[in-house]
Amino acid sequence: MALSYLRSSSSRSANLLRPLSSAASLRRPISTDTTPITIETSVPFTSHQCEAPSRSVETNPSELLTFFRDMALMRRMEIAADSLYKAKLIRGFCHLYDGQEAVAVGMEAAITKKDCIITAYRDHCTFVGRGGTLLEVFAELMGRQAGCSKGKGGSMHFYKKDSNFYGGHGIVGAQVPLGCGLAFAQKYSKDESVTFALYGDGAANQGQLFEALNISALWDLPAILVCENNHYGMGTAEWRAAKSPAYYKRGDYVPGLKVDGMDALAVKQACKFAKEHALKNGPIILEMDTYRYHGHSMSDPGSTYRTRDEISGVRQERDPIERVRKLVLSHDLATEKELKDIEKEVRKEVDNAIAQAKESPMPEPSELFSNVYAKGLGAESFGADRKEVRATLA
Amino acid sequence: MAAIFQGVGAAATLSSSPSNSFVPKKFLTSPRRSFCVRKVPSSVVVRSDGSVNFDLNSKSRRAQQLVANAVATKADSSAASSSSNPGHELLLFEALREGLEEEMERDPCVCVMGEDVGHYGGSYKVTKDLAKKFGDLRVLDTPIAENSFTGMGIGAAMTGLRPVVEGMNMGFLLLAFNQISNNCGMLHYTSGGQFTIPIVIRGPGGVGRQLGAEHSQRLESYFQSIPGIQMVACSTPYNAKGLMKAAIRSENPVILFEHVLLYNLKERIPDEDYICNLEEAEMVRPGEHVTILTYSRMRYHVMQAAKTLVNKGYDPEVIDIRSLKPFDLYTIGNSVKKTHRVVIVEECMRTGGIGASLTAAITENFNDYLDAPIMCLSSQDVPTPYAGTLEEWTVVQPAQIVTAVEQLCQ
Repeated sequence: MALSYLRSSSSRSANLLRPLSSAASLRRPISTDTTPITIETSVPFTSHQCEAPSRSVETNPSELLTFFRDMALMRRMEIAADSLYKAKLIRGFCHLYDGQEAVAVGMEAAITKKDCIITAYRDHCTFVGRGGTLLEVFAELMGRQAGCSKGKGGSMHFYKKDSNFYGGHGIVGAQVPLGCGLAFAQKYSKDESVTFALYGDGAANQGQLFEALNISALWDLPAILVCENNHYGMGTAEWRAAKSPAYYKRGDYVPGLKVDGMDALAVKQACKFAKEHALKNGPIILEMDTYRYHGHSMSDPGSTYRTRDEISGVRQERDPIERVRKLVLSHDLATEKELKDIEKEVRKEVDNAIAQAKESPMPEPSELFSNVYAKGLGAESFGADRKEVRATLA
Repeated sequence: MAAIFQGVGAAATLSSSPSNSFVPKKFLTSPRRSFCVRKVPSSVVVRSDGSVNFDLNSKSRRAQQLVANAVATKADSSAASSSSNPGHELLLFEALREGLEEEMERDPCVCVMGEDVGHYGGSYKVTKDLAKKFGDLRVLDTPIAENSFTGMGIGAAMTGLRPVVEGMNMGFLLLAFNQISNNCGMLHYTSGGQFTIPIVIRGPGGVGRQLGAEHSQRLESYFQSIPGIQMVACSTPYNAKGLMKAAIRSENPVILFEHVLLYNLKERIPDEDYICNLEEAEMVRPGEHVTILTYSRMRYHVMQAAKTLVNKGYDPEVIDIRSLKPFDLYTIGNSVKKTHRVVIVEECMRTGGIGASLTAAITENFNDYLDAPIMCLSSQDVPTPYAGTLEEWTVVQPAQIVTAVEQLCQ
């Protein structure tokens, strides 16, 4: 079911680190423990045209464990998708997000479901972060009726309207103007919410991005452009594609912030800061320094343009799940065994979802023609005699 | 003639979903913004004798509506106001503006974006004074960035706003082709019905007076394959206002093609609120000998040719197809069954134009009723030259239409 996030409701004044002695007594009701903890991010933020937020992030045991569980779930889901793809149950394009989970999870912790998120095709985990179920994910990947887009979208077209997740877009960079349009709608209706438009380091070189940024800055839209910089645009390293790989600076007149995207807490802090900024001052760019373990997609081995040592190096030193695990263990918030249990539980959940998704049927043939048009002022295509309905474009 | 009214229904409610699409329960949501939620208005049919029918049964209403409009004829434009009201006279661009203004007043979600639509008043004055009336947030001047502002319009439409995006010239929208094709047309489908895109993309196109190749393009031929969009072309002040209003109210993305040379046409239109059905063709002149299908500016070339033809003893039936996607095969089919001969006169180029698709559609559906192959008169497959004489030869002229009909009716 939907992942539960407890908004970090800790008061600003409580910046105390729990002493170890009382930590032991708090260990039992972990899932509801909201005593504040302050943790420093791994690296400080670098900023462009603005004041960087503080390195100290407020969190609490429950949030950290939620991070752990959610990221473990996402990781397990992506690995399972990998196997399903190799078993030819998922076809076409499948872009996996493992390694980048901290961005999805940290962002959700800082915002509400009224804020909008729009991203590109690497959207499985972002969708889950917005409240999508595993069943919807796997069913959509396998093209079944129970999928979030009824099997008609596929891996690159996950959407969840009721939690303001706007997808899921295949064409590189096209989602950024859409995201600025969402921000425009938010400003138009005075929602006090913001839009996070995610794109990659490859898309950062698209002209429409700068066009949209210009318009957003001109009209003061609450748009936050988030560059998930995993350093490779498919097979091309960032230094071979961008003259200036400092994506957070590329906004020029738009402020930017560079964030360690493998640190969920840093991501949370940055997103919170960005939301406040965007509501007051207009657009801001966040560059998340992250990494993907898989290749660009399942058709890309991911090793022809980077060394295996690099991949395993990042996995050892910067893996987001390991970081949270170490945090949890060092602050004595849970035992090794409890964390392992969570991972086992998550694995079972994923397996169950896959089994359920496999049982979901393929879409009916009539679905071919449904949702081409919305029922508006009569968009039914009659046959030549208007009596026999050729195709009802529902 | 019966006019179809779309009255504004009850006050906006939070609980209804913005569109009537058949969407499974789990995708129905209460929209975020209360003022942008409209109940689908109930339709009222007002007959020319003044009696009023509140007909909520859509099927029977459609049947009545279709019969009425399909054979409604306007011998001359003043018949449009043959009902109780004398109506008012205006130019086509003013009719567009009136339609836009009325819709903006009616629904606070309607906004306009485009280059120079705000303070400048629109390069063809379609949006003149709207910025003064509705403010900068509803009539937005964009920078010259078609790809992104079309994308922004689509993004805004996904949330429930109803933007009207103006391309200063339709040809510039080629820069936004990705957004129009992939996002505008396909998002309703790829999201499994979750999002509707109630956007209107409009602008002038077509061959003007020596505007040069890049400013004389006919984008309807490029856009016609995009699944999920509707395309309409207006040709008179009456249908310009009606189509503009219908397009704004439609839950589907609609591309409204205007023509650079038709903006100053004058006509008397009714005072009452009216819309034109987006999927219907307009019977301009009923006849018996030959069906001439046309749209936009070529309608006037056809009518000019029709005068000559009538003098020569022919009786052409002229239909302005208006709906370029989907074609109104009902009206067209009835006509073909009556006359058995078809001439298509269009401004698109010969290759891959609307005429080519229409020829295929008619042949596929009505082959048995045709006495002769369909004649399709289109523009030449060349970039539109600047020189006046060459430009004239690029598009179909009335003399050519007369010759074609004479040939066909031998």
